[in-house]
Amino acid sequence: MRWLIAPAVLAAVAAPWLADPYTTATLARILVLGLVAASVALLTGVAGLPTLGQTAPFAAGAYAAATLALHSSSVGVTQLLMGASVGAAFAALTTPLVVYARGVVFLMITLAIGELVVTAASRWRSVTGGTDGLAGMPSPRPLWGLPILDTDRARYLYALAVVGVVLCVVVLLLRGPAGMYLRGCRDDEARMRASGHPVGAYLAIAYIAAGAIAGLAGSLLVTTQQYLSPADFGFDVAALLLLGVVIGGAGSVVGAIAGTAVVLAARDWLSGLLPGRGPLLLGALFIAAAYVLPRLRFMLRRVVA
Amino acid sequence: MRALLAVDALSRRYGSLVALDRIDLRIGEGERHALIGPNGAGKTTLLDLVAGAARPDGGRIWVAGRDVTRLGPARRARLGVGRIHQRPAAWPSLSTLDNIAVAGARRCGGYRRTLPAARQLLSAHGLPDVTAAQLSHGQRRQLEIAMALAGRPRLLLLDEPAAGLSAVEFSQLSAVLRDLPRTVTVLLVEHRLDLVYALADRVTVLRDGQHVATGTPDEIRASSTVRTAYAEAVI
Repeated sequence: MRWLIAPAVLAAVAAPWLADPYTTATLARILVLGLVAASVALLTGVAGLPTLGQTAPFAAGAYAAATLALHSSSVGVTQLLMGASVGAAFAALTTPLVVYARGVVFLMITLAIGELVVTAASRWRSVTGGTDGLAGMPSPRPLWGLPILDTDRARYLYALAVVGVVLCVVVLLLRGPAGMYLRGCRDDEARMRASGHPVGAYLAIAYIAAGAIAGLAGSLLVTTQQYLSPADFGFDVAALLLLGVVIGGAGSVVGAIAGTAVVLAARDWLSGLLPGRGPLLLGALFIAAAYVLPRLRFMLRRVVA
Repeated sequence: MRALLAVDALSRRYGSLVALDRIDLRIGEGERHALIGPNGAGKTTLLDLVAGAARPDGGRIWVAGRDVTRLGPARRARLGVGRIHQRPAAWPSLSTLDNIAVAGARRCGGYRRTLPAARQLLSAHGLPDVTAAQLSHGQRRQLEIAMALAGRPRLLLLDEPAAGLSAVEFSQLSAVLRDLPRTVTVLLVEHRLDLVYALADRVTVLRDGQHVATGTPDEIRASSTVRTAYAEAVI
């Protein structure tokens, strides 16, 4: 599948010159949600912790970056750092609640955390604007001295560059010992302990790192969308992300972005062709993901081999 | 001989079942010690307690003079307690080389530092460098032994290593265990008494969680107490 990477990158770079502004903005949203999906894949596919709660650090990072953008700094990199730090801090705070749970229990606890954060975002009007949302964040400049990202194309390319860099770092880390230790925890936790590995610490670090990635994606959402509402972080978003991860192959952070793109394309474009049947399309996609994709992947591997 | 493993009055219950009842055991440094007994004697429970996979209801465990009773399995592994499980346990999505390197990483200064030794172990055990999921049962057993040795254990706990092996695989396993360096102390649980008598310096017999006898293989063979306690046909 590596041969697909170069054409995909070229197409992603060329897209804003070929597409209209609405499509470019939609692609930027796909990149942002794809990055959150990568954090879901890190936990679900690599570390074996299935999560529905990555929308929580995503929201924490987004509101923190939005507050910074509104009151202090319009520099993209500081907003990214703020989003990542707050996402990581949020994950660190909730680590004791989740890191000893596994399987469905982990899924349920993270779902509860995600729902609590959405409720808090709806009620804490002074910071989040409540259900009316938070608007008026100025377009940032990527770094001091660089021009302001004042077009959809510029914001999309900025998001693409940030997502590309983060993905490269994550993929490189997962190819090394860190990825092996996490896969070892997923495959056989007791065997990892019997080899002297501190499994709880590894999973806590993975959870906090995934929180940082989701928080960073939150700050990108502020840049690309310039509007935040609790609906951006609801259960349906969490479910779509998990669906994207399943479609993209749970163990692959790059596949998670591709899977999220497929899901959002089905929701935002195909449902336009079949008005009122968006949920039906998503349901069909989920069934196809569960039944057809594993066989398709197996056949593809055999053909490639 | 200094005791590398010392177990004092070790007890473990599962509900009303007494799996181990105040067991005492001393294993000297470099010794090959076997635990035998009928099913349900408490052999695997004793290994679980020594490895830290289960907590005792009473008693103490010392490894190299250190009380490890309250330590978890990871801490004990870092102190040099290695284990081979009754069912071969490897990480199926990792390659055989990575399995060995990851298993040894915590005792040998990290994954990358363990790689050269892991390559040697891979070759010494005649294992192909494929994902562990692709191995046969016998190869998985060999892999698990290589994984345990990668961690340079001081005490190696072997839980029925010969279970399910073919005749060829059994003779390979016997050779590997016979060639283990004397820096490694071995506590072996095994039903194949030919392997036990060929390998062990001393043998302890358990029955229904109770200690029956400890002695050399010849003493155990000749013991009438053991014959009574442990089915005659098996001895």
